[in-house]
Amino acid sequence: MAMIEDFMLRALLGGLGVAGVAGPLGCFVIWRRMVYFGAALAHSALLGVALGLALGLPTDLGIAVLCLLMALGFLALDRSQVVASDTLLGILAHTSLALGLLALALLEDLRVDLMSYLFGDILALNLTDLAVIYGLMAAVLCVFLAYWRPLLSATVDEELARVEGLDTGWMKLLFTILMAVVIAIGMKVVGILMVISLLIIPAATARRLASSPEGMALAAALCGALSVVLGLLGSYWWDLPSGAAIVAAAAGLFLLSLSIAAPASRRRQ
Amino acid sequence: MNMQTQPQDAVGPIRDQASLVTAEGVAITYAGRAVLSAIDLTVNRGEIVTLIGLNGSGKSTLARILLGLLQPDAGRVWRVPGLRHGYVPQSFAVDPAMPLTVRRFLTLGGKVADDVLTATLAEVGLPGRLEAQVAELSGGELHRAMLARALLRRPDFLVLDEPMSGVDVSGQGQLYQLIATIRDKYNCGVLLISHDLHVVMAATDRVVCLNHHICCTGRPDAIVGDPEFRALFGAQVADQLALYHHHHDHAHEPDGGVVPLDDDLDQGGHGHD
Repeated sequence: MAMIEDFMLRALLGGLGVAGVAGPLGCFVIWRRMVYFGAALAHSALLGVALGLALGLPTDLGIAVLCLLMALGFLALDRSQVVASDTLLGILAHTSLALGLLALALLEDLRVDLMSYLFGDILALNLTDLAVIYGLMAAVLCVFLAYWRPLLSATVDEELARVEGLDTGWMKLLFTILMAVVIAIGMKVVGILMVISLLIIPAATARRLASSPEGMALAAALCGALSVVLGLLGSYWWDLPSGAAIVAAAAGLFLLSLSIAAPASRRRQ
Repeated sequence: MNMQTQPQDAVGPIRDQASLVTAEGVAITYAGRAVLSAIDLTVNRGEIVTLIGLNGSGKSTLARILLGLLQPDAGRVWRVPGLRHGYVPQSFAVDPAMPLTVRRFLTLGGKVADDVLTATLAEVGLPGRLEAQVAELSGGELHRAMLARALLRRPDFLVLDEPMSGVDVSGQGQLYQLIATIRDKYNCGVLLISHDLHVVMAATDRVVCLNHHICCTGRPDAIVGDPEFRALFGAQVADQLALYHHHHDHAHEPDGGVVPLDDDLDQGGHGHD
């Protein structure tokens, strides 16, 4: 009994920590319409796992570094406009996933639990994982506090922000770093294939509850946290896969939010 | 003589004390196509300069180069040190996924005192809309909100890209009046981009006609007689504009001498060699 409570408690704490940063960051992802970009980054995480294992580094670090490299590579390639941005993202996402699988297969002396990377293994979080999650969460929140207004300004309109003297290139890089970090810690909870949902579903739910950007960020964090609690309870009671249960709970909250009249505009342009 | 149009910018690369922004020999190429070439242009303090030209003639590109948003491939842009830009782009939309009040939108660039916010909104004709959601504003209201955001910076150099789009004819005159008032109050230079020739002519100090290069430039009443202008927009339009703009009964010869003008403005001797 005590053992069950321990791992559930760690799962809960880890999930809440991730939800706390994934919500606000997810708001930026949907404001900037970068959902597919985030998903593509997440797909490259497996290659990051291989990189970490091959170099004997922590896999979190490998993932964050590779996501960042992938993002920078995308930005550079996208500027050359060889193909449309979404085509390029599709190519990068699936190529890097394939390369990740190949790289893991080549590291044959290591037995890797592929399922836990693809779909998350929140119940296996140990104290080190928790320390990493909360350390990075604190760092991301500090960045948000320090750069909230410029990040918001660059998100609302990049050119207006530039005319007003903001270094929007730096803001874009900062945002990309935050994405890489949150994906690295988020995939512990729901895995590579679903980590982006932890960012965008609570944020989409929060849109209907908020009338200011800050309110939406806060509501997204709370919706994410509630999804984690509900998902873990469901997985505990009915013996369901926890990552999938968390995402399903988030989707359920989103559906529920649709019945609430939006306080702000619903008009599409 | 001041009625004469000149092949190059009236001030040209000479920087007098009033000049805020000067482009010298600016050129830019996209995908092998010269969008702009050999552009010399100066905007002075207290002056309303209107950039006219057909769609795709490089108007917005030139404005973005002057604002520093785009680097030219050749030539250079000189700005008065410490120049504050204000920019109202042609099209703009806040993603409906972001809840944002007009107040937040106006203060994204920095904190502003409440009474200044209220006064500026009233100034641009959007009074009492401080707490409205930006996504709920109409196209014209959004333009005004952006103008307010530009004005809050107390700009030296204000660029308005197609400010008349989405404004009905009756509102256009008011908007021009507003732009003139802003110029006087903030003592800024204004670069206006438009393809609506009729209204442009009324409240502009200088018209620059652009078609990848500067075709002609000069005072509005002079430019309608310019052969390049007539070739670009058609003689009929040019004549209508001339009639619309000024009801002079005379024209000027190249040396400034007055010649009487009969009904046929086409023959009206605006003095081109």
